[in-house]
Amino acid sequence: MLNVCDVGRTGDARAGYGRHMERALPDGLVVIVKRECATCAMVVPVLERLHATIYTQDDPAFPEGLHAIHDSDLSVSWHLDIETVPTLLRVIDGREVDRTVGWSRAAWQAITGIDDLGDDLPVVRPGCGSLSVDPDRVDELRVRFGGDVLRARRVELADAEDDMEAMFDRGWTDGLPVTPPTEARVLRMLTGTTRAPSDVVAVVPPDLAEVTVEKVAINAVMAGCTPEYLPWVIAALEAVCTNEFNIHGVLATTMPVGPVVICNGPGTRAIGMNSGMNVLGQGNRANMTIGRALQLIIRNVGGGRPGEVDRATHGNPGKLSFCFAEDELGSPWTSLAVARGLARDTDSVTVFAGEGPRCVVDQLARDPDSLANTFAACLRTLHNPKLVLAFDAIVIMGPEHARVFADAGWDRDRVLAEIHARLQLPGSELVRGAAGIAEGIPTHLADVTLPKFRPDGLLLVHAGGGAGLFSVIIGGWANGEVGSQPVTQIVNPPTEQGAP
Amino acid sequence: MSTVILDPTNERRLAEMTRCARPASLAGLTIGLLDISKARGDVFLNQLEQRLLETGATVKRFRKPTFTKPAPVDLRHEIASQCQVVIEALAD
Repeated sequence: MLNVCDVGRTGDARAGYGRHMERALPDGLVVIVKRECATCAMVVPVLERLHATIYTQDDPAFPEGLHAIHDSDLSVSWHLDIETVPTLLRVIDGREVDRTVGWSRAAWQAITGIDDLGDDLPVVRPGCGSLSVDPDRVDELRVRFGGDVLRARRVELADAEDDMEAMFDRGWTDGLPVTPPTEARVLRMLTGTTRAPSDVVAVVPPDLAEVTVEKVAINAVMAGCTPEYLPWVIAALEAVCTNEFNIHGVLATTMPVGPVVICNGPGTRAIGMNSGMNVLGQGNRANMTIGRALQLIIRNVGGGRPGEVDRATHGNPGKLSFCFAEDELGSPWTSLAVARGLARDTDSVTVFAGEGPRCVVDQLARDPDSLANTFAACLRTLHNPKLVLAFDAIVIMGPEHARVFADAGWDRDRVLAEIHARLQLPGSELVRGAAGIAEGIPTHLADVTLPKFRPDGLLLVHAGGGAGLFSVIIGGWANGEVGSQPVTQIVNPPTEQGAP
Repeated sequence: MSTVILDPTNERRLAEMTRCARPASLAGLTIGLLDISKARGDVFLNQLEQRLLETGATVKRFRKPTFTKPAPVDLRHEIASQCQVVIEALAD
């Protein structure tokens, strides 16, 4: 049962805000029909027996002689959330108490209380799509009836202005074209969440501006997201705007880092994310646009722009978008998210302040010790072979490398423990001046053995194509309290919030 | 129909562009004369146009549909894209 004034299911235009009828429904039976629907035509003899209020969507003369009310602007259909015609409602005191869609003899008889209603008709006949959910009309209806939920300032572009150029002119892009965020597009984006458009998601540095779901949706439109991606963008934003992740510092640093978003859970497959071949590359819409939306929000809402608070010496191409999914189904190990305490079927993002990826090549490794030696040797060079403990790293293990470890019976913990064990470094090799390199640790630590990474400083992720004995390392920024900690955030599926 | 989009920023900055610096000289510039459709504005602008043409300036004339409303966005864009300076006749 749905109440007219309190509806809000997933996946349609209501998106966190109820539809409200401007006028009360007439008590009794209410039917919504259209002439072009064969089932509606079939039930005309039934309608002739009912003392019902009939709304017709297309032909005002249909059904003949029954004085139907023409729902010419589809406002009644929209506000009643009619998806199928015919729809039969029973209304008491202006509120809907019962509903059936299409023709079901039993349901119509039960709602009307007429035992022999439609006895000469088929038992069941499906209805047709309501005009109010017609793909050609729904965006316009959403703007007309739902547009008042949008609070953002409207910006009118001149006819002679190129819409795409106008976005560049106003400084709203990351250097690539963006999709102009029209009301229709933003409202459609908001169907991806049941959160209200006015909900504040986070306070975004460096301007410490509150960002609402609506502003997230606007920037998600610009980035090229579909509504299904919106909960992932929201989760990523929530994660980076924590004190632990410290997006202000990640933005402001001169190091070439940005937020790397690792996605876990069955939802990654539902929205078609890439976790396999070319996982860090181009070509997958979800991977490319979720990370991009995050960065556009930091730029446009947070005010974080290169050359201003963003002081990166070099930056990296991942600052446009750096987002990918872990290959969980093909992995011999538990996922990163499970290792960080979540259940297997939980959708989540883990954000990491990371630089660009670098490749680990070992095409000859057939035993785990040899391959662990390779990883240790490559990881030791991170940022500088003589710097320790200050930086974390992501290790994206390719499937062919992972198989070497798995075939030897090494689980996730064993792999990480073996790599860590190989990265216990003598202070004499690390102190300033050693190996003719000024960079290094203070000389009084020469007699101490130090690990390259802190105990939880390696994030192991399984991803990549099935061919190639390669893996990838992504170096981090200053870790711990002074810098950035990886943060894992659960993605709230739309069905978990706000449903009636 | 012009496109209306939603501001993606935190809206702490004005959407309008800031005013350009006044040029030291009008030489070589294209000057827009905007008639806001108030009575006798054209008389003033005709005189101004004559004086400006005598200095060798390039002059373009524009006219708002009505003085009671802001200039339409298309007109503003046309002036901004064609002129470096605009002079508006405000009153009758």
